[in-house]
Amino acid sequence: MGLPNASRVRGGVWMIEVRQLEKRYGETQALKGVSFSIPAGEVVGLLGPNGAGKTTAMKILVGYLLPTAGEARVAGLDVTAEPLAVERQIGYMPENAPSYSEMLVQELLLFMADMHSMDPDARRRNLERTVEECRIQEVLTRPIGQLSKGYRQRVGLAAAILHDPPILILDEPTAGLDPNQIVEVRELIRRMGRTKTVILSTHILPEVEASCGRAVILIDGRVRADGTLDELTRSRVQVVTVRPDDPGRARALFEGVRHVAAVSVRPAADGFHTYRLELAEDREVGEAVSEIARSHGWPLRELKRDDRSLEQVFRDLTQTVQEEAA
Amino acid sequence: MTRIRAVALRELRSYFNSPIAYVFLLVFAGSALFTFFNVGAFFSRGLADLRPLFDAVPFLMVLLVPALTMRLWAEESKQGTFEVLMTLPARDYELVAGKFVASWALLAGGLGLTLGLPFTVATLGDLDWGPVLGGYLGAVLLGAGYLAVGQFVSATTENQILAFILALVICLGLYGVGLETFAGLFPDHTAGVLRAVGTGSRFESIARGVIDARDLVYYLSLTVFFLAASVSALRIRRWA
Repeated sequence: MGLPNASRVRGGVWMIEVRQLEKRYGETQALKGVSFSIPAGEVVGLLGPNGAGKTTAMKILVGYLLPTAGEARVAGLDVTAEPLAVERQIGYMPENAPSYSEMLVQELLLFMADMHSMDPDARRRNLERTVEECRIQEVLTRPIGQLSKGYRQRVGLAAAILHDPPILILDEPTAGLDPNQIVEVRELIRRMGRTKTVILSTHILPEVEASCGRAVILIDGRVRADGTLDELTRSRVQVVTVRPDDPGRARALFEGVRHVAAVSVRPAADGFHTYRLELAEDREVGEAVSEIARSHGWPLRELKRDDRSLEQVFRDLTQTVQEEAA
Repeated sequence: MTRIRAVALRELRSYFNSPIAYVFLLVFAGSALFTFFNVGAFFSRGLADLRPLFDAVPFLMVLLVPALTMRLWAEESKQGTFEVLMTLPARDYELVAGKFVASWALLAGGLGLTLGLPFTVATLGDLDWGPVLGGYLGAVLLGAGYLAVGQFVSATTENQILAFILALVICLGLYGVGLETFAGLFPDHTAGVLRAVGTGSRFESIARGVIDARDLVYYLSLTVFFLAASVSALRIRRWA
């Protein structure tokens, strides 16, 4: 978890680096020392129940809010010291993609181009690319206030990526959309994720599984988990179902396998037994286990890692936090 | 500069996309003409000047400027675009300046609609253009001060009605303290201070055609002070 993994850093630079970030609103403390780092090119889901501090963390990253304590760096730049330079690196879409409802879509995009000081050439190029990428060709001359929620979200995305920023920060990009629109927006995010570093916040778990390679789970203002989806959902339990001549001997043999810390056994149907091998560390023991079964001629019915769903991980973490609080 | 212009143009467009711009222009020009001919009794005075207009303008602006400024920031906060604007690579003062320029342009447009008056009067009699030019200059500068006050108030709330009322109260206060009926209640030196702070009392000398550098400095500082306060108000919101 916490330690940076050098092999994941492209060019040796963290695109986003947050250290011991704290934010207090009056009495309530929204962030209680949040740290995480994100390398270039990764699509990261910022996950957490409502009120966990996701939005606050994002608002600090984009230079909209100032942190009470701690440090946030975007592309190597301190967000409080150089907000303008940071804002040039970031495309940001706040929750619900707020926009000027009376403006036409193209007026908004031209306004954005001016705010990013684009010359006419860059403006034309960026407009063409963005309109195509977000598929908003057919609504360019319509007032934003009259668009469907799906289109509004896409126009919000278009406004955010117009200056082709290397980093995208999206707060609940699919909230309130119907299933078809969700698929469209996800597809869009996936396409952008090929060239950009993306952080998106959500409390919808399938969202993360569909779009992100990595998740940072934020609960009650603290990072509770941080890793690739595989790392997060992977458990340290190997499940083996075999039919041994002698269940006690099988258990002893499994206990002797390297990295196995404890074994519990439960009888299954037809003389089969299910063994749960708790691993001391996250290592592959499947081969050793199947070799034991094979050499003794025990029929092997099932051999799997007892992986948890992200949902399970999330619920367990939330529960742990609630128990701590109680 | 590009960004100030972009903000100003966007703001102007949104004025004209809503009824505000049209209503403001109509009401401003309409009430200016009404007071000029009826309340100011232009015809019965038998004088070829624009005094009735410039007597009314400071008070007219107290009433109408808050309607122009109430939405400047309050609406951005309300519809969530405040956050979008604040996370664009623009400096806070550029946003404030852009909005100020847009509102000022609209106010100047309203004054422009009354320009027919001096030319009409000039055909009726021997118009002294000095006080007329002074009057328009004073009105534009006084308006700038009120607009800055209004923008500041709007930057502190997301409630447009509140922004309107607060701006009205402050502008009315600034106008009222210098009036003889109010300042005259105080001992001489206090009254002098009140007259110096009052926007209306300053306006009278300009409308008489006397352009005093101190008056110009006063209007300018009023404007700059409240625009700076607007920038600070935006900055403070980042700590919220």
